Amino acid sequence: MAKVVAVTGNEACANALRQVNPDVCGIYPITPQTDMMQRFASYISDGKVDTESILVESEHSSMSACIGAAAAGGRVVTATSSQGLALMWEMLHIASGDRLPIVMPVVNRALSAPLNIHGDHSDAMGARDTGWIQIWSENAQESYDNVIQAFRIGEHMDIRLPVMVCLDGFIISHSIERMEYLEDQEVKDFVGPFRNFLPLLDLDKPKSYGPLILTDLYHEYKRAQHEIMTKVKDVVLNVAKDFEKLSGRKYGLFETYRLEDADIAIVILNSAAGTTKDVIDEFREKGIKAGLIKPRLFRPFPYEEMAEALKNTKAVCVMDRADSFGGYGPLFMEVSSALYPLGNRPLLTNKIYGLGGRDYLPSHAAQVLTELNQIAQSGKVSVLKEYIGVRE
Amino acid sequence: MAETVEIRWHGRGGQGTVTAAKVLADACLSGGRHVQAFPEYGPERAGAPLRAYNRVASKELRMHCPVLEPDVVTVVDATLLDSINVADGAKETTTFIINTTKDPAEIRTKLHAGPKQRVITVDATKIALDCFGRAMPNSPMLGAVCKATGLISIDHLLEDVKKSFGKKFSQKIIDGNIEATKRGYEEVKEG
Repeated sequence: MAKVVAVTGNEACANALRQVNPDVCGIYPITPQTDMMQRFASYISDGKVDTESILVESEHSSMSACIGAAAAGGRVVTATSSQGLALMWEMLHIASGDRLPIVMPVVNRALSAPLNIHGDHSDAMGARDTGWIQIWSENAQESYDNVIQAFRIGEHMDIRLPVMVCLDGFIISHSIERMEYLEDQEVKDFVGPFRNFLPLLDLDKPKSYGPLILTDLYHEYKRAQHEIMTKVKDVVLNVAKDFEKLSGRKYGLFETYRLEDADIAIVILNSAAGTTKDVIDEFREKGIKAGLIKPRLFRPFPYEEMAEALKNTKAVCVMDRADSFGGYGPLFMEVSSALYPLGNRPLLTNKIYGLGGRDYLPSHAAQVLTELNQIAQSGKVSVLKEYIGVRE
Repeated sequence: MAETVEIRWHGRGGQGTVTAAKVLADACLSGGRHVQAFPEYGPERAGAPLRAYNRVASKELRMHCPVLEPDVVTVVDATLLDSINVADGAKETTTFIINTTKDPAEIRTKLHAGPKQRVITVDATKIALDCFGRAMPNSPMLGAVCKATGLISIDHLLEDVKKSFGKKFSQKIIDGNIEATKRGYEEVKEG
């Protein structure tokens, strides 16, 4: 039986971690994630979980501790944001290269300088190429559901990779929303017991992690990592099917909203997708065929499926809450790559919005949809990449 | 109830405004409703002006941005009336609930409220001082919001106040806040 609650995104993720009851958790505070690990630390001190906490002096150490614990043979979690994720960067590659299924909620926050504590996607986009699976979440419910599913995905015996679950800092992490919790036993049964793969603590079979591999086999090792990533989509979909049976909530590689007959579409991640959906409804009422895609699995990116979903649209705006200065926004580059093989492609634009927590308002979505409608009719894009919601 | 009710709270850091928005959200969960409660985060300092928001709806709430056109504006600290425009984005039918010693008529003039806008006052700070000896007007303001909006029954709200304050405070403070919530509900003046 589901329990209806009104909680913050951080609270929801902390509760998911409590229900999973991992073996080890590396803990280091950083706004806006702090409150999640603080709650989880309370569960540990109150005896609600059997987790061993490792309090560390930095995020680099936190990820290092997680790597050690995961290689030793434990189910391991941590959480971070922004500068914390940036400081982990070196160790993120080691977690994925050593194929350690660590689960880490990332509460998305802007990167310094200038110093800013608010939500944008620069942190997780900066970790795009670290070899981690990335799953993105619109609201508290999705954050909770994705954290639970992340264990099944990362720990799958064909995968064994670390997973980041991304949610928007403050907008979701600190906002209270109605959502549903599963029962503790349901989560425990869904996630199942941790299955070990080559644990260091199996002392009868000594082994080594992270050896030196030079020109002889490094290239092959990296190709193997790429090939594992190609299997992730199927696992994500199978886990989502099981999760739907349990919860009634449906998940895929991405969510489409009113897209089937859409002429124009917005591709947008996380909490801003919700605001956009409401505005799409308004445009539909005016007779404008607008739709939306909200990516869920960003690494590996579902290129073919995304192209298939967008192939009948006339104009698409990819909206990024992060920028690659001197390039396009990171989500735009993926969608653009996905669409290139199509003979008949929609026209594309890229809007950068909401950096450092700048509000994304319904008027911004309306502005983008109005422009898309003009592009669909004229067949012309005047500005390809543009910042919106900017104070002049 | 309208499909969605949007509330904007104006307070100062340290008055329990954010807590009030959270308690209201929790109390409004009943009947399968969807709720949101979120503050505007800035540098958090006691005494600094802050805003918090609620949405209460019969359908799923997907909007994740500040409330721009509030149905209800709640002002927890009347000194804010002189420093910010609490009527920003207000609708023709917006309800204003103000913590003040002044009469609704005087506040109505000050706000330049329209004929369809409701102006409701309550001396929440005095009620708080009477009931538990601290100038924390959030619980009587909750009582006033309950009365003015009819979003929830007072009995239901009192249960939630008990639950929320029970986690942090002594029995004396909890009882004081319950009494203050009741008085806030009873002592609203409209004009």
